[in-house]
Amino acid sequence: MSDHTYSPAQGQSVLWMRLLLWALLILFAIWFLLPAYVVVGTSLKDLEEIRGGSLLALPHELNFSAWKHAWNEACIGVRCTGLEPYFWNSVFMALPAVFISTLLGALTGYALTKFQFRGANMIFALILFGCFVPFQVVILPMAQTLGRLGITNTVYGLILVHSVYGLAFTTLFFRNYYVTIPDELVRAATIDGAGFFTIFRRIILPLSPPIIVVSVIWQFTQIWNDFLFGASFTTGGAQPITVAMNNLVNTTTGVKQYNVDMAAALITAAPTLFVYIVAGRYFVRGLTAGSVKG
Amino acid sequence: MSRPPIPFTDRIARALPQIVVAPSFAAILFFVYGFIAWTGYISMSKSKMLPNYDFVGIRQYWRLFQMDRWSVALENLFIFGFLFIAVAIVIGCLLAVLLDQRIRAEGFIRTIYLYPMAISFIITGTAWKWIMNPSLGLETVVRGWGWESFRFGWTNDETLAVYALVMAAVWQSAGFVMALFLSALRSVDQDIIKAASLDGASPWKIYTRIILPSMRPVFMSAVVILAHLAIKSFDLVVALTGGGPGYASTLPANFMYEMTFRRNEIGVGAASAMVMLATVAAIMVPYLYSELRGKKHV
Amino acid sequence: MTYFSKALVSAVALTVAMAAPAKADPKAEVLHYWTSGGEAKAVKALQEAFAARGGEWIDAPVAGGGGDAQAAVLRARVLAGDPPAAVQIKGPNIQEWAEAGALADLSDVAEAQNWDAVLPQTIQDIVKYEGNYVAVPVNVHRVDWIWANPEVLAKVGADVPTTWDEFNATADKLLAAGIIPLAHGGQPWQDATVFETVVLGIGGVDFYRKALVDLDMDALGSDTMVAVFDQMRKMRGYVDPDFPGRDWNLATAMVMRGEAAMQIMGDWAKGEFAAAGLEPGKDYVCAPTPSEGGYLLNSDSFAMFNVSGADQVEGQNLLSELILGTEFQETFNLFKGSIPARTDVPRGEFDACAIKSMDDMVAAADGGTLLGSMAHEIAQAGAVRGAFIDVATAHFNSDMSSEEAVEKLVSSIKLAM
Repeated sequence: MSDHTYSPAQGQSVLWMRLLLWALLILFAIWFLLPAYVVVGTSLKDLEEIRGGSLLALPHELNFSAWKHAWNEACIGVRCTGLEPYFWNSVFMALPAVFISTLLGALTGYALTKFQFRGANMIFALILFGCFVPFQVVILPMAQTLGRLGITNTVYGLILVHSVYGLAFTTLFFRNYYVTIPDELVRAATIDGAGFFTIFRRIILPLSPPIIVVSVIWQFTQIWNDFLFGASFTTGGAQPITVAMNNLVNTTTGVKQYNVDMAAALITAAPTLFVYIVAGRYFVRGLTAGSVKG
Repeated sequence: MSRPPIPFTDRIARALPQIVVAPSFAAILFFVYGFIAWTGYISMSKSKMLPNYDFVGIRQYWRLFQMDRWSVALENLFIFGFLFIAVAIVIGCLLAVLLDQRIRAEGFIRTIYLYPMAISFIITGTAWKWIMNPSLGLETVVRGWGWESFRFGWTNDETLAVYALVMAAVWQSAGFVMALFLSALRSVDQDIIKAASLDGASPWKIYTRIILPSMRPVFMSAVVILAHLAIKSFDLVVALTGGGPGYASTLPANFMYEMTFRRNEIGVGAASAMVMLATVAAIMVPYLYSELRGKKHV
Repeated sequence: MTYFSKALVSAVALTVAMAAPAKADPKAEVLHYWTSGGEAKAVKALQEAFAARGGEWIDAPVAGGGGDAQAAVLRARVLAGDPPAAVQIKGPNIQEWAEAGALADLSDVAEAQNWDAVLPQTIQDIVKYEGNYVAVPVNVHRVDWIWANPEVLAKVGADVPTTWDEFNATADKLLAAGIIPLAHGGQPWQDATVFETVVLGIGGVDFYRKALVDLDMDALGSDTMVAVFDQMRKMRGYVDPDFPGRDWNLATAMVMRGEAAMQIMGDWAKGEFAAAGLEPGKDYVCAPTPSEGGYLLNSDSFAMFNVSGADQVEGQNLLSELILGTEFQETFNLFKGSIPARTDVPRGEFDACAIKSMDDMVAAADGGTLLGSMAHEIAQAGAVRGAFIDVATAHFNSDMSSEEAVEKLVSSIKLAM
């Protein structure tokens, strides 16, 4: 709304408004960046500097030894492997779980919106409520179930858990997105004789990338950052990185190595941060494309 | 699939949508509702260290509501939930409006606001704990600048600890709310806005009268997502305050975990979980009902 | 056991024995929460000894909160029907798991190694269920210690206090001199640790036994308990404002650096002093908290869960033998700051504090003043311990009156029983 012409007096007030606007924007940016600044700064200092200097002081020199230590030297229990193996555990857990929950969510959302069979809304409501189940509730019965299935303490167990509990969210995303796609498209294709999966492949999927991006980013973040399931259902070498990081942070030898702790936290957060920074734009765009109309 | 087939496959083809939904639905029925039912039964059993199926009625609920720790946790949930949702929405909305003013470097600033959402609560908690530490954190820094009475050690004060949780949670989620609102702002019909501004409506009027009212659905989505984060908040408490000082900042999810796994009180833990679920249901069911009823013929 | 079931068991045993290779390589998954400092070193020593005897050690550390997270893992694994072979649990928890039928009988190893002869009765009571060994004790920690920095105390011309009045007087002097009297970390279990030493000190041995062990309601609601909370309120004034959430080892470091004068903590704190290269009697002093000869005992142990497979059973046996072997008992406890669970370990390598602890334990056992720690899950576990901790920490971290705290104590213990 700034492309109008203004009188000088108005121009003055517009200038003030812009200044206020920028002041607010920058103030908030500082608030959002403060923890990141502190964490990154601390991870690059050595222990002397942390204890002696101010929290906000810049590190004297770029010292990456804490990072290296956290990545492949630090001891977790009796194994001194650093976070590296656990990083890969998380990758092998997150990728299949994201894929499965997104695919099932897309199919379910599609079936629920474009084929209004009886009870579709009821089913959707029941699935949606699944978003709100506190995960602590499911630990014990889940443990029994995983035991029966013989996949306790494995990455497959975690994939199953995350796929199931991610389903509620992915269904929500896709269902709300597909609601905005005109039914006529599907109806016309049906008249042309196309079947359920043909329509999905030829018409629905090509329209879906924005919401797929939203679903993938959301799921990836949730699954990568999960701590409770990882901590409850895996031990030792099968643990995801968040659990290993917690163990590492608590593996102290008298003096707390704040720099290593912070570096470990950053390594753990790196993949999701990367996704948000690179694909954040598509995330906002995907939300615009319809998922928020729910 | 296209030619008139024999009746049986035809029936299959017709039932395909249901068949496709079935596995997901079955999984949810089992892993969500089955488990809720199991927890419901356990909450009326005398389970202690391991699940036990001897029925004792509502005894565990009776015990639960006499526990001081539980009243604190429940009260905290209401304070935390309300403030977290309200503040995150206000800040998120404000940020969205600010960013909508055609500013330079919007993408860059947006990324700064959005990135906390990528980080786990464990890390958010650890970072803020570090900043709120009275001797190593921000308090010392600001006092060093000459503001001697500055206090930021919220995590160490039993009346403020729960607000420290709110602050960190808002920090994490406000950017996401901003993204939701921003995308909704962008999808408002530009013609209406143009017409209004030609009629001489001020930007303030345009926002409060036209744009914000049209965002009710987004507003609801934001509430739902934030409510889900609030009720599930567990990691943040563990990392930021450890539920302390004492148990002043404990939340129901932490209470349930403590009872079930630490105190050999699986029955009480299950009862607390059922109360949490009932709270969620009391908020969500009317909402889902009204939302889905209005959409029957979409 | 009927004849038939005996026959069945031996038949099954025979089949298992034949199915398994002649001698299975021992294997054990060990679930523990010893990830910090001297503890991690100690576990490493055990792992190396295990590997040296051909064992495959599967490490399952779960850090955090003195076993909080581990408790969830353990339940999940037991419910899944796949328990780890050896799990670090202690006190009444051992009895509860044994009652649930989850623990393996270690009688064979115990007999072969003659455990009955080398373990004090108190420890035997903890690790035996219905007369059979189901867990292996690792150590004995004394909880009621004061760790003090003599240089700092000298600044106000004080020694380590021997009565609570002296303690208060010294602390007031320290406060006046601008020194933090008590280094403390405000985590519920640490608050409870201080609480139980005060109960022992103010109330005496019999009161401690009545209130914290036997859960006698009259004792819990008595004026003595009010006096205990009064002292706790005083203690609160002796800690610095940054105390909430602080880890115990950071509080220990405050004593080392001379920022604070004393810490009340079990002797795992000594591991921190040792790791910093400090010497007892010179750089720091250890003294029991004021009491009439009481000794609050905490003992770590490993319980062996029912597992299948000859290799795992073999692993459990080997592990049990190693853990209670003199050699490991010595190495481990030197790292950890505790004293050996068995009484016949050579004393040569141990420092003055450990030797005092050994002597005091024998004396306390003879004098009937040896008590299990409540805060560390020996006297009470689970719900009751939780109720004690809740009240102690709620009182310590607020301005609750002593009378109100006593009322809360009585009602929450009743509720938890």
